[in-house]
Amino acid sequence: MTCDTSLPLRIDALVKHFGQVNAVDGITLELRSGECLGLLGPNGAGKSTLIRSIVGRVIPDAGTILIFGAKADSTAARSTLGWVPQELALYPRLTCRENLRAFGRYHGLSGPVLEQAVARCLGWSTLTDRADELVKNLSGGMKRRLNMAAGLIHQPKLVLMDEPTVGVDPQSRHNIFEMIEKLRGEGMSLIYTTHYMEEAERLCDRIAIVDHGKIIALGTSEELVHNAFGTRSQVLVHFGGSPERVIPWVAARGGQTTDGIAQFTIAHPVEIASLLEDSAKAGLELVDVSLRKPNLESVFLHLTGRELRD
Amino acid sequence: MFAIIRTAMVSLRRDRGALSLSFILPVVFFSIFAVIFGGRRDTTPKIRVLVVDEDHSRASGRLVQGLKQEGSLVVKTRPNPVNDIEQPEYTAATAETAVKEGTAPVAVIIPHGFGENPISFSPADTNRATIQLLKDSSDMIAPQMISGLLQKVAMTSMPDLMADQGSKYFDQSTGGLTREQRDRLNEGIRHLRERQESGASTSVPANEGGGIIAVKARAVVGENKNNPMVSFYAAAIGVMFLLFTASGSAGALLDEAESGTLDRVLSSRVTMTSLLLGKLTYNSLLAFSQLVVMFLWGWAVFKLDFWSHIPGFMVMGVCTSVAVASFGMLLASICRTRAQLGALSTLVILIMSSIGGSMFPRFLMPEAMQKAGLLTINAWAIDGFTKIFWRDEPISHLWPQVLVLVAIAIALFLIARRVARRWEVA
Repeated sequence: MTCDTSLPLRIDALVKHFGQVNAVDGITLELRSGECLGLLGPNGAGKSTLIRSIVGRVIPDAGTILIFGAKADSTAARSTLGWVPQELALYPRLTCRENLRAFGRYHGLSGPVLEQAVARCLGWSTLTDRADELVKNLSGGMKRRLNMAAGLIHQPKLVLMDEPTVGVDPQSRHNIFEMIEKLRGEGMSLIYTTHYMEEAERLCDRIAIVDHGKIIALGTSEELVHNAFGTRSQVLVHFGGSPERVIPWVAARGGQTTDGIAQFTIAHPVEIASLLEDSAKAGLELVDVSLRKPNLESVFLHLTGRELRD
Repeated sequence: MFAIIRTAMVSLRRDRGALSLSFILPVVFFSIFAVIFGGRRDTTPKIRVLVVDEDHSRASGRLVQGLKQEGSLVVKTRPNPVNDIEQPEYTAATAETAVKEGTAPVAVIIPHGFGENPISFSPADTNRATIQLLKDSSDMIAPQMISGLLQKVAMTSMPDLMADQGSKYFDQSTGGLTREQRDRLNEGIRHLRERQESGASTSVPANEGGGIIAVKARAVVGENKNNPMVSFYAAAIGVMFLLFTASGSAGALLDEAESGTLDRVLSSRVTMTSLLLGKLTYNSLLAFSQLVVMFLWGWAVFKLDFWSHIPGFMVMGVCTSVAVASFGMLLASICRTRAQLGALSTLVILIMSSIGGSMFPRFLMPEAMQKAGLLTINAWAIDGFTKIFWRDEPISHLWPQVLVLVAIAIALFLIARRVARRWEVA
């Protein structure tokens, strides 16, 4: 493997087991400069283990990780890497400003440079007016924003965000999106893990779909959908009556049933008519039917047979 | 109601910390107190007493011998051999130094001329020589006991002298015996003397209030102290609470591990060693501040002589603080949760405090327990503070305590660092 110092991140054949569980199972991945790469997958897919391996908090069983050409747990890598963990990793009894100062010092900042960094991060997270508020008194959304700011205090060139919108209300989520888009505008390289399809579609240049520790698809949102479905559409049909009758019939017709909704892929909308006619002949009770373009959720279901939020 | 009982029982069963505190701790404490105060004869503490015989008379020799035969005493007439070389006998001066240094709580000095007039039935008798009892006031029991035993031994080991002295009083008050009566009395006294010197001593119960030999007690340690036990308890209670505070403060590590803050810190330039050293320093400073507050309170309220012992206090304060901080770090790194830490620290600290002398002085404990106490931070810290505030010893005398506490601090920290590897990486 060549040591390209301009490449923010290069992962090669990464493996990590926890007991019998293959948390990361041979992942190879590259992040381009200024790119935002989304890691999309359900809980337990291996996204956080992958992120923690990049941060140097998990020692891989095999494979290599290079951050701007430096090994993942090296001092050089740490200084260029920012991490926003899934947990609210803050000191609750310190104020916002004190938290940012503390994490700045941990990264070796001091004096005016530290104060400038604190002011910049407070501004970025729109917490300047709450700078001297104790963290424990902040709302959930504010804590999330400060949690992100603390990961960027040392102006890293590569930022890893591990589900930064978990448990926040829609308004706070919107604020967080704006913060991330600002970073993107500044040309920062980002890895963003989520199990929310809309977030990945909105924020990410490319998306890696992760399941059982593997990347099962990688590309832009359009590429992923096109690769999985081509020009085909999806029909969602809600049948009433006993699932014991519905599910086998749907499977026999090449569809999948999740949450009581049958999903079929069709090449042309006219195929809906024959589908409904057949269901009537089978004695199924039709409640609702709709046609939609496939999305990442559909891709995931198509590839794994499971929903993203399973 | 049964549902509530059932739920509470299941919760208790799954909370191992609470379970151990509920059942193990009381049993452990019961056992410790039972051993200390339960009156088990084989473990009853013996009192060390230094005896200086300046008189070397037959009477003084028999008094020393009588004291040696007392089962509750360990009589030392000379220091332990050094490198197998026999040491010279104690003198009044060396015995006083030894009491000041805490070798024994009491020294008995039998002065020149004691044998000429060893016992007297009259407190006003100015001819008799007075035995000096040099005592360490921190031990309130030993001097009282020795004082009583001296009177008892005088009666049991010198019955002939008592009879002889008694006859003299009789002579003075009645005008004297006839020659025949005198001969019979002398024969009886001779018989008593022979019997005594042949070792056939009778076991006469002690008459502690007798006062037939003159004894004058003098405190050589703590004689100028305003409140003798304050310095002891300031150290004893202080160390116990320092241990609680240190383990609680070190528990912040568990909170940070749980919240993910520890992970984030370790993903920066901070290494686990520097993080633990930072926590150790902070917890040591916290412990030291606590000690300062405790001793200042002792000075302000209980007239503890704090200001003239500042250098010694600094030395012992720093060593004790670092040792307790390391102890806290170790407990925190061993435990997985705050609840575990709470249970384990309560258990360990209370046991350490009870055998280490924080709850009652170690000299009251059986010898085996006193030795076990040396495995605790409490015992070494209390001994050090006692040397400074009670015995007014110079700082150079603190080297054993300093050495042990620093060694404990280093050892516990190294173990904590080793155990903390579990937080470093998965």
